[in-house]
Amino acid sequence: MKATNRTVDNVEIIALQGKITIGSGDTQLREVISNAVSAGKTNVLLDLSGVTTIDSSGIGELVGSYTTVTNRGGKLKLLHLPAKLNELLHVTQLITVFEVYDNEREAVASF
Amino acid sequence: MERGDTERIEITISSRFENIELVQVIAEHLCENAGVDEDGSHWIGMAVREAVANAIKHGNKLDVRKKVNATFELQGYELEITISDEGQGFDPEKVSDPLNPQNLMKTSGRGIFYMKTFMDQVSYTFNTSGGTSLVMTKNLAKGNGIASTKA
Repeated sequence: MKATNRTVDNVEIIALQGKITIGSGDTQLREVISNAVSAGKTNVLLDLSGVTTIDSSGIGELVGSYTTVTNRGGKLKLLHLPAKLNELLHVTQLITVFEVYDNEREAVASF
Repeated sequence: MERGDTERIEITISSRFENIELVQVIAEHLCENAGVDEDGSHWIGMAVREAVANAIKHGNKLDVRKKVNATFELQGYELEITISDEGQGFDPEKVSDPLNPQNLMKTSGRGIFYMKTFMDQVSYTFNTSGGTSLVMTKNLAKGNGIASTKA
């Protein structure tokens, strides 16, 4: 998994590319979020358009990321959900937890 | 391969996460060759991914000397997938429901739920000589859950 960070209006936009699966991108995602929060960046927008594969471990890391950011008083929101990831969040009812956006400008403005 | 054919494929891997995709790809190709559409094949492949990941992590405890065996048997439209490990087994009754509000924010515990969502049936056999076999079935002639298949 590859992560690319940029900041727009005090929102840390992290674009994830590749796989978020057990033993691979799951631990990387944890590090990426941990580093952002440690740097004081607690408004986090995860751009998931480049995620090609995710499994239950990756879904678990998304939940863990949400908790990590929220516990620091911040917010974590999702941008550009791939269709299959959207399905996985729906069947586990996690779609009710995350704020999801299709438009980056609207997402940034929502923080 | 025509739909309705009989096919049997077996693969044994060591307990490494990087081997999961090998088994997943076999499942997806078998389904696509049997006429299942891309989405349906993907969801069955994901059920297999979750089963193999559990066998490696929870069954074999990441011991690379221990093996995970996967068999795919297609008879007509009925696909039966068996994933076996060399672990100590577990109590399926103690697996928590990820949809329970108390469990919603847990970072683990969704693998079996996904398997049950994508497949028709999921069952376990705990071998007397040790090891667990997970058996999943899917009728490829019908759509089921969010895994849609061609009629």
